[in-house]
Amino acid sequence: MSTFFIIAVLVLVFVVIFQIAKASEYVSILRGQERSRNQDNKVNGFLMIAFLILGLVGVYYCHMILKDRLLGESASVEGEKVDSMMNITILVTGIVFFITQIALFWFSYKYQESKNRKPFFFPHNNTMEVVWTVVPAIVLSVLVVIGLRNWFIFTGDAPKNALVVEVTGRQFGWIFRYPGKDKEFGKRYFRNIDPSTNSLGLVWADNKELNQKADPAAYDDIVQEQTMYIIKGRPVKLIIGSRDVIHDVGLSHFRLKMDAVPGIPTTLWFTPKYTTAEMKKITGNSNFQYEISCNQMCGNGHYSMKGVIEVVTKEEYDVWMIKQKPYYFSAFPDKDPSATPLVTPSKIDSATPPGTASVGGGSTGSQSKLR
Amino acid sequence: MSNEQTIHAGTSPAIAHDLHHDAHDEHHHHHDTFITKYIFSQDHKMIAKQFLVTGIIWAVLGGLMSVLFRIQLGYPDQSFPFLETLLGKWAKGGHITAEAYYPLVTIHGTVMVFFVLTGGLSGTFANFLIPLQVGARDMASPFMNMLSYWFFFAAGIVMLSSFFLETGPFSGGWTAYPPLSALGSTSPGSQRGMDLWIISLALFVISSLLGGLNYIATILNMRTKGMSMTRLPLTIWALFFTAVLGVLSFPVLLSGFILLIFDRNFGTSFYLSDIYVNGVGALPNEGGSPILYQHLFWFLGHPEVYIIILPAMGLVSEVMSVNARKPIFGYMAMVGSLFAIAILAFLVWAHHMFVSGLNPFLGSFFVLLTLLIAVPSAIKVFNWLTTLWRGSIRFTPGMLYAIGFVSMFISGGLTGVFLGNSALDIHLHDTYFIIAHFHIVMGVAGMFGMFTGIYHWFPKMYGRFMNNTMGYIHFWVTFVGAYLIFWPMHYEGLAGMPRRYYDYTNWESFKMFGGLNVFITIVSVIVFAAQILFIINFFYSMYKGRKVTSQNPWGSNTLEWTTPINPGHGNWVGEIPEVHRWAYDYGKDGKEFVPQTTPVGAGEANH
Repeated sequence: MSTFFIIAVLVLVFVVIFQIAKASEYVSILRGQERSRNQDNKVNGFLMIAFLILGLVGVYYCHMILKDRLLGESASVEGEKVDSMMNITILVTGIVFFITQIALFWFSYKYQESKNRKPFFFPHNNTMEVVWTVVPAIVLSVLVVIGLRNWFIFTGDAPKNALVVEVTGRQFGWIFRYPGKDKEFGKRYFRNIDPSTNSLGLVWADNKELNQKADPAAYDDIVQEQTMYIIKGRPVKLIIGSRDVIHDVGLSHFRLKMDAVPGIPTTLWFTPKYTTAEMKKITGNSNFQYEISCNQMCGNGHYSMKGVIEVVTKEEYDVWMIKQKPYYFSAFPDKDPSATPLVTPSKIDSATPPGTASVGGGSTGSQSKLR
Repeated sequence: MSNEQTIHAGTSPAIAHDLHHDAHDEHHHHHDTFITKYIFSQDHKMIAKQFLVTGIIWAVLGGLMSVLFRIQLGYPDQSFPFLETLLGKWAKGGHITAEAYYPLVTIHGTVMVFFVLTGGLSGTFANFLIPLQVGARDMASPFMNMLSYWFFFAAGIVMLSSFFLETGPFSGGWTAYPPLSALGSTSPGSQRGMDLWIISLALFVISSLLGGLNYIATILNMRTKGMSMTRLPLTIWALFFTAVLGVLSFPVLLSGFILLIFDRNFGTSFYLSDIYVNGVGALPNEGGSPILYQHLFWFLGHPEVYIIILPAMGLVSEVMSVNARKPIFGYMAMVGSLFAIAILAFLVWAHHMFVSGLNPFLGSFFVLLTLLIAVPSAIKVFNWLTTLWRGSIRFTPGMLYAIGFVSMFISGGLTGVFLGNSALDIHLHDTYFIIAHFHIVMGVAGMFGMFTGIYHWFPKMYGRFMNNTMGYIHFWVTFVGAYLIFWPMHYEGLAGMPRRYYDYTNWESFKMFGGLNVFITIVSVIVFAAQILFIINFFYSMYKGRKVTSQNPWGSNTLEWTTPINPGHGNWVGEIPEVHRWAYDYGKDGKEFVPQTTPVGAGEANH
């Protein structure tokens, strides 16, 4: 019933506007073309200047409402460079924005048709044109130089002491791998993938058919789903890949992102400045998490593809790392030499052991909707 | 006196009629049937109208899709029974599902970019204005021109039919990146929906090539006597560069699609490598590169945004000069900057791929070239501003849209300076910042260019005026609404909010924008309603609008206003007029305007 009511009201509004519009057309014909044009010019000229003023007020008001919802201080050292560059760019473009928009609407208002003024025949002026070619070119060159300097830092080699973590995207979740005690990632091959025991396809066994030999470095690799632990103040280098379609590791709090492309590893490094606990205090949000958002359309569950980064202190990290069992042993518990002493491997982040946790965490509710 | 009579008081329909008849007699010794006149027409003006009306229909559908997914974004937790009525299983319980949300987003993008702002904008105004403004009786090949429309129409039908598939239309975003678009097992939309999507766009590519070659041939070869290239109105220059861009870049898109078809259906591995799909297992493909597709796609995809914006720039330049009663400032600089943009359009495509794993060193060249585009863009903006300066502005609805275009182009162009700089893009890429950027600079500005053209040339198309009052309401609601929708999105983007998300409520980092999303949704519904007002105005005025009584109602210099009020096929009665000057002698030597056909007087300075 209410739907029909709303439709009726809408139709009525359209009819009223339509009738008024038609009536005003008759009036303008009766009045004469010239006079009605003057009237239109006055009204729209006024609206131009009104739009300018209200628009500027609106820009300010919008900023006042929304500024607290922005990210605040960057949580990574590299992100500070993004922020300072952002501020410079906002300043430069802001100046141009206000000058040109004010000129546009002011000219529109000021130079509306008038009997007392003849338009000024002014087809070109080389000096002016050279000025507004050269000045933007210089300003943009400065921005390019600042940008490229930062770009080569962001995409350059990570510092030698960086913690290395491998990140793999899949529909719809994240898998993290640490190299384990030997500090070396074992080989992986996608044909070995078995979602329940070997989600990354680590080369644990010889396989004549695939012409591969077991890689000893793969036995102690540690695999985590959904949550990645990294250390405050220590650079971390992510080696990013994907198991199926293109994903993207979006790290808004660290101001960085990089695509996860099947078959082509990409890298990204940054230095976290605050632990998760510290960020909870800084943001005043007790639920704060460093979230990894997938930023590249990856299927119908794209919006639920969340990963979590726990930034912890060195001590906390060491405690956590000691408790981690190599992935090989959770896949083949009978081969675990320390099976007895580790009956209660503390499971900080996951109630389910890695490998079986194939349902994206964080948003299980919406996941079920998808199936 | 009835309304009809009042509205046409002072008209002498007899004159208009006579002219019409003359035109007919001169050039049409055969009788047009309904089919040859309205359906398989080879008259460029009719083809233009066909493109326009088809474009409008697609704009309504595309706009409606955006309203539907905006409802989901604004009210993720509420259910709306009418959605289930409308969409059936795609909105069970009045709640749009993710399986419906992603096709809506994807098809909205595809339709708006290709069917509305390329087919609807270039197709309409290139067809309509090129012969009329260069002084030709029709296009170089009217038959190819007709085919161009019918391929466009067929593309639309194929796209439309994909809505009715059980697995739904394509849902992987308008860029259709593989592997998602290549593998039906990764998304239901990538099954039959993707096949139809590719076929539709392949047909569209054919359409735009047929059209583009025609436009280029006509502009280069069929200009009337005296119409040198430097006397062309800026509309024609803009449409010329647009056509060149399209002809050079669309085939690359098609080649990318053909490789995709092979990967989808014939087991090749151009784009596929090392893939394990949940529930399917490891695929046999190895050695392909998904990045290759991105290069091929964006080699069209970037020129495509200029294919959209250049015609709008041309239309705006022309309308602005006419209604400011003042020559366009810096004609040669305007042509030069169009040329510079057209060249640079081919050299910046990889700025869409800064975070795709592209070699950072290569990326740095694209940063430089991308920011270089800001220079010709700045020249254009300053020239438009100077054109307004000390003018004598008449606020016709077309002029309002031209001014609105400049405002939008400034706002959206400036945010391009952020995104083109890779070190900022690494934070802003694929967030709402980019949504705000390209909607303002390409979507809204492109639509504003189209509205500029429609309001200004409607009298030439249909021999009647559109209603001004409705035009003003339409403009102000759309203009204010567009800013209210897209301006706050910059803030969402600065906060890192990713695009193409169905629901943000589970995200600690983004859910604080829930209230803002409600606001944006409400405004978008209002703006959509304002477009319905435009459509009422458009179709009503086509049949019942105030009749045009003088040949040149805007006091314009260009050739189309020397034709009869309702020109027949062939455009001019008798000889095609000769051109003696450029198109922008407004306010020269105390004369309000001097049409291009007026010979240069003794001692008169040339521009």
